[in-house]
Parts: sequence; C-alpha cells; structure tokens
Amino acid sequence: MDKREYLVETRDLTKRYGRRITAVEGLGLTVRRGEVYGFLGPNGAGKTTTLRMLLGLIRPTSGTASVLGRAPGDPESLARVGALIESPAFYPYLSGWRNLRIIARYAGAPKKRIEAALDSVELTDRAGDKFRTYSLGMKQRLGVTAALLKDPELLILDEPTNGLDPAGMADMRDLIRKLGQGERTVLLSSHLLGEVEQICDRVGVIQNGKLVAEGTVEELRGRTKLLVRASPMDRARQLVKEMHGVEQAQVSDGALVVAADTALAGEISRLLVTSGVVVSEIRPLERSLEETFLQLTGQEH
Amino acid sequence: MSSGFTNSIIAEMDKLVRQPATWILAAIWLALNQVFSYLIPYASYTSGESSPVAGPPGRILSSLLPENLVFNSISGFPVFAGAIALILGALSVGSEYGWGTLKTTLTQRPRRMSLYASKLAALAVAVLAIVAVTFALNALTSYVIASVESEAMDWPSLENLVRGFAAGFLIAAMWCLMGVSLAILFRSTALPIGLGLVWALVIENLIRSVAAPLLDFAETIEKAMPGVNAGSLVAALSGQTGGTPGVISAVDGTQAALVLSAYAAAFTLIAGFVLQRRDVT
Repeated sequence: MDKREYLVETRDLTKRYGRRITAVEGLGLTVRRGEVYGFLGPNGAGKTTTLRMLLGLIRPTSGTASVLGRAPGDPESLARVGALIESPAFYPYLSGWRNLRIIARYAGAPKKRIEAALDSVELTDRAGDKFRTYSLGMKQRLGVTAALLKDPELLILDEPTNGLDPAGMADMRDLIRKLGQGERTVLLSSHLLGEVEQICDRVGVIQNGKLVAEGTVEELRGRTKLLVRASPMDRARQLVKEMHGVEQAQVSDGALVVAADTALAGEISRLLVTSGVVVSEIRPLERSLEETFLQLTGQEH
Repeated sequence: MSSGFTNSIIAEMDKLVRQPATWILAAIWLALNQVFSYLIPYASYTSGESSPVAGPPGRILSSLLPENLVFNSISGFPVFAGAIALILGALSVGSEYGWGTLKTTLTQRPRRMSLYASKLAALAVAVLAIVAVTFALNALTSYVIASVESEAMDWPSLENLVRGFAAGFLIAAMWCLMGVSLAILFRSTALPIGLGLVWALVIENLIRSVAAPLLDFAETIEKAMPGVNAGSLVAALSGQTGGTPGVISAVDGTQAALVLSAYAAAFTLIAGFVLQRRDVT
C-alpha cells in the first residue's frame, strides 16, 4: 500500500518509565486513510500512552511514529487531527461556547464552526452555561465537539463513552458511527467490543504494552465453526472427523465443535442420521470479538 | 508575529480576563495599597498625633502628596504586590495541570514553547495593567488629598515616573515568574503558592533578621535574595526605607535591578526547559 495512505504509522514504539515500568513495547501499528481503527486492550494495557505519544504529549523512549506523515506533535499534523484523550478537560469557569472559542483560537479554526459543531452534538441549548454545570455526558459531547472543530482528517478518540450512562453511551455510539462514515479516519480506543465489532474496519489488540493481534474483525474472530449436538456423541465424533473437509472435531461442553466450512452442515447432518446417530442440533458457531479479545489478553473465563 | 502566536496570546488573555481569581487578586492588591499607603496614614494625620514610625503630622501629610507618588506606588511591591503576583503566576499556569487543560491545548496546534511564550505575554500584560492602575489610583488619591489639604501639586518628573513604573513592573514580573516556574515544576497550584509565599514572607525574613547578623555567608546570601533586591531597588529609587515592610537598602539600585532581571530570566528559562522536556500525562 502507498505509504501516503497510512495516516498513522508506528515502528517499535516503546515507552518506559524508569527501569520497572514498560507501558508500551515495540508497538507497530498502522491506520489507513478512511478506515475506522479500533484500538482494544484492558485497563493499563498501554492504549492511552500510545495515543498520547501519537499526539506528542509523551515522548517515546525509542521507536518512531508518524501522524499524517509528520512527527507526533508537529503543528502541521495537529492542524488536521482532532483528539479527545481520557476525560474531556476544559475551563470550568467558562461557558461551553467560550471554551470552544478559545480552543478554536489555538487551533486556528474559524469561529463559525463552533455553532455547527455544537449543533451536531445537540449542545446548542447549553452552550452559554458554564462548563462546571455540565453533566458527564455533556462534557463528553463537548470534548468530541472540540475534537471536530478543525474538521480533522484524523480523529483520535480515547474511550469516548467512559463514565456515560446507557442513554449517553447510545448517543455517543450513534455519533461515532456517523463520524466513521465518509472520508474521515478514526482511531478509537474502547472497551465496547460490541460496538467496535459493528463500526470498526480493523482492530488492534494491545496487552501489556504489546500489540498481540491486528486485523479485520472477521480475521480476529477466526473461522466460523459448526456446533453439533448428537447422541451417541463418541460415534458422532468418530464419523465427523473422518469426513473430507473437516479439519478438527472436538467435544466441548457436551457438544461437538467442528472446524469446517459451514456449508458442510447438511452433509454432516445426513451422514450422522444415516449412521443411526440422533442429531438434536446443528448450527454455525460464530466466535464473538469479546471471546477473541479475552483469549488474546489472557482473561478468558 | 505569526497569526497562530497572536491567536494564542488572545486566547491566553481571554482566559486570564475571564478568570475571577485575576480580578480578585488585583482588587486585593489595590485595596491593600490604598489602605496602607494612604487611608491609614491620612487617618493618622487627621488625628493630629505624631506617629513613632511616620513622625509628626506634617511629615505624614507630606508623604501622601503627589511628589511621593512613586514611593507610595512601588513601596508595597517587594512583599505585598509580589505575593499577589506570585499567586497570579502560579494560578494561571498551575490550574492548567489541575484541570487537565494543558493536554487539550497542546493537541490543538501550538508548540509548547509558543504556548509558553503566549502565557508569559498575557501575564506580562496583566502585570503591566496592575502596575498602571496602581499608579493611576494613587495619583488620584494623592491629588484628592492635596486638594483637600490645599497642598502643593508637585508631581514626580517623567523620568522618575518611568523608572518607578519600570521598577514596579520588574519586581512584580519577577515574582510572577517565580509562581509560573514553581507551578510548572510541581505541576500544581497549591504547593507552588505555599512554597513561594513561605519563601517570600518567612524565609527571606529569617535569613535577613536572624542569620545575616550572625553569619558572614548568610549576609552574602541575603544580598542575593530576590525579595531583598526588590526592596533595595525601591529604596534606591525613592531614597526612602523606613516604615514599609520589605523596603531596605541592602544593595545599590543597579545591582538590585540586575539581580532581579537575572532571577526573571532564570525562572523563565528553567520553567521553559521543564515544560518542553517533560511528558504531559
């Protein structure tokens, strides 16, 4: 792929604090233009540290990173990046509108974008109220608004639904879904695996500072298998594992898990029935991203 | 000056002007200055009694007239206005760490040094304004007193006014920069304010009044202290020392100005270096 199409690229990116703490180690990730990239990892895995390095807030110990073709923190790239890192931070004694006005000045964004940005997150009615009076959900929305002021090519969102109630999370999910459409590139760190599954084109999983997996959601889920409940089970397993096209047939929790193309379901069913095996269930067994995530991060139950 | 840097300065001024603490601090200083430089001495004068510190009523009145505008305006700067300026500097910068807004700002566009320079520029404007209002208010008060008491309206020369104004700005700016540098070093507000005030109001006094009379090296240290040099600068410009805390004649005016300038430069450079190098977490 043409490297100009990589908006974010890191090579062996490492951050150590002293001798004991390695927050990020040898990270190599790429975010392509126009995609929604989900950055997943448990608490303390190194997601926020990575994002801070990409924005020039933290200096890496070693390795390199480029954002929009420039070093992290370069004003020319920051001018095209919108970011919300951890909890939204604004001046409590200023109104929402005034906070955005100040940010627009720093960013070099035109004043007229403020109203449009506020409207897009339904904060216009409260724009004149002081930030300290906002609920957590409103603060999060103001944070996203600030990130959009520059009409950025790249949007970096760090746990944007953190601390929100279910209604607030639903609103934020809708907003993120909308932001991910079109030409804009989104780098999103989140615990919301269900939502990441729906909106992200590619996902990177980080654990203990290292990227342990990266790919599309389908690639990470792995191949869909077949689940068969039959009796007698041993006979069923014997028959199925010898079939052409079946890679593996294992008994798990009283069911037979078959690693094979789901198109073989009918043939398997026919074989078992004609061989005197009673089949009570046969269906595709799709692995969720959550199961993959838990396995990759060593938190599998 | 690039438009980006200009916008950053405007943004910093906007925050400073709209922050209630800025106005509260300015009001406290101006009230203190009016009360202790004019109201209390005038009340003493009108009582008709001599003051053990200020002398007979005639001398007290003389000290309140326009000819003493410069001394009355800057005599409180070494200690009182200095403390206010230190708090202003610490609040302005330390609050950014407390609220987490430093990361919000640095992810917009400005480089760290550009942001730092714009903050210092905004604080310089604020300090200039406070010094200017101090002189203006004191000029008005001394004019009123002179008019009421039918005394001469002999104003200081323009040169003395400019030198006094510059001295006041230098003293206040130096203390403000101390507050800024402490805030950046400790990434907070309360501790820098506490440390700065302890230094300015307690430690310098202890060194000057307890240690220096007893130990030669302490006397050397005393002559290098920012508060002592601030007080010496005021004494050198006005030719007066008595009565006002912090106004002493430990070194000559030229040394005092150079030492204060060196402190201001050192605070600026140290804080800038730390801000540039340190991670924003």
